[in-house]
Amino acid sequence: MTETPDLEKHPTVARIRAWHPEAISELISFRGELTLVVPREHLRPLAEFLAGEPDLAFTFLSDVTGVDRFPVEPRFELNYHLLSISRRDALRLRVRLSGESPVIESVVPVWPTANWHEREIFDLFGMHFDGHPDLRRMLMPDDWEGFPLRKDYPVEGPR
Amino acid sequence: MTIVQTATGPAKTMVLNMGPQHPSTHGVLRVLLELDGETVVKADVDIGYLHTGIEKTAEALTYSQTITITDRMDYLAPLSNNLAYCLAVEKLLGLEVPKRAQYIRVLLTELTRIGSHLVWLGTHAIDLGAMSVFLYCFREREKLLSIFEMVSGQRMMTSYFRIGGLALEPPAGWMDRVEDVVRTFPSRFDEYEDLLTKNRIWQARTRGVGLLSASDAIALGVSGPSLRGSGVDYDVRKYFPYSSYDEFDFQVPVRTEGDCYARYLCRIAEMRESLKIVRQAMGKITPDGAIKADAPGIVAPQREKMKIEMEALIYHFKIYTEGFAPPPGEVYQRIESPRGELGCFIASDGSPKPYRMRMRTPSFVNLQALRKMVEGRLIADVIASIGTLDIVLGEIDR
Repeated sequence: MTETPDLEKHPTVARIRAWHPEAISELISFRGELTLVVPREHLRPLAEFLAGEPDLAFTFLSDVTGVDRFPVEPRFELNYHLLSISRRDALRLRVRLSGESPVIESVVPVWPTANWHEREIFDLFGMHFDGHPDLRRMLMPDDWEGFPLRKDYPVEGPR
Repeated sequence: MTIVQTATGPAKTMVLNMGPQHPSTHGVLRVLLELDGETVVKADVDIGYLHTGIEKTAEALTYSQTITITDRMDYLAPLSNNLAYCLAVEKLLGLEVPKRAQYIRVLLTELTRIGSHLVWLGTHAIDLGAMSVFLYCFREREKLLSIFEMVSGQRMMTSYFRIGGLALEPPAGWMDRVEDVVRTFPSRFDEYEDLLTKNRIWQARTRGVGLLSASDAIALGVSGPSLRGSGVDYDVRKYFPYSSYDEFDFQVPVRTEGDCYARYLCRIAEMRESLKIVRQAMGKITPDGAIKADAPGIVAPQREKMKIEMEALIYHFKIYTEGFAPPPGEVYQRIESPRGELGCFIASDGSPKPYRMRMRTPSFVNLQALRKMVEGRLIADVIASIGTLDIVLGEIDR
């Protein structure tokens, strides 16, 4: 789905466009949920903006979810689910990373809760988070090879 | 003990391994405690001992089949997991669930909340030495488990909700058992409070222990009673009401002290509020009515119809062999589980199997707060802090 004039009028979208219009490359609205597709290099500044601005106050990061769209490129997708407790508002940010180099800047300095989410995504998908204080495996054993949630990893495990 | 020589003399700290097998870690949790005498200098949490690949498995099952594996995550509140998942798929489909089914869902989910808090209270108390409370809580829980068994056939892994409603019509007589619970539990909760709330030993073990400020809690993504004990009133049932919760009248207990005692009071009060919701739901559930949405390609037809009508037979066959295919897209559905915000993210590619199913589980996120709560404190407080977070390893590791 592509942007429609209605979504551009959404207060959060309008605020972001007024700040840095190129921070959003695509707008999606599906089942009452708003998703902003953000280019990789804009994610961290946008995160700081959304969390820091008092009238946006997206200070609570509910979840970071990785998706592997193999064999479609860009292969990897990250979904950041934000929540503003003071404004009772929710938002999703989506970033797409190429399979060749799935690296992105960590958002731990903005939302410390991202620490374990990013570790889990590193563990199960193999995406890297620059600046993460402690990026190591968490659910799989430390010496495990391979990334189980990738689509080219068999569900029955390595044989 | 080996004395390790460092550049400045003998090392002052010792690393003590706690778990993964330990009665007070509430599951297979491993914490590496670096101790300076009895003070915890650093606590490194190691999880993954119960990782069974539930999210990966979901990609190989149809949407209906996936309900059965969701039970196993937060195994103390299986109906909560079922609800989060079913609501997410229903959102994806744009499917309306009949009100009667919604009310029954609310009733059973609130009973689940009470059951989960009873386990929390019993185990937390026994960890800190109050052993009688454990047996009383489990005695009460038996009544709840018998209700779950009556409606779904299972005490724990109920898988009772379906996409579009419930699996089965609850049997006649089940409301009598619910009525019995609503009538007898308040005085039981009073008994627990008599044993603990004003007990000097309990207060000494929980007041000022496991302190978590509101700003730390929000930064760490903590939710549920662990967050509300620190003064933030975020409860998904009030913020983003789902499954008709906006039709119910109930309070969300909030305290400001941010210690184990505050969280204890929050959860006890929550149990009482849950009984209020159950009582209201009992009044709203009509004796007859639909338990599933009317959606031919998605919700299976009634069995009797399937045996005599050709159309129903074909729908039944297609649903149970191929499954149904939702439109492509992504949804994230939040609910308030007994532990906090339980979120189900589903990415659909238009096929009958979930392309990606992710459960954002509250215990996984809340456990990050453990370091904040225990570092600089005594080792005995580690037990209280783990207990107060009310973690379930099944949903941490998935």
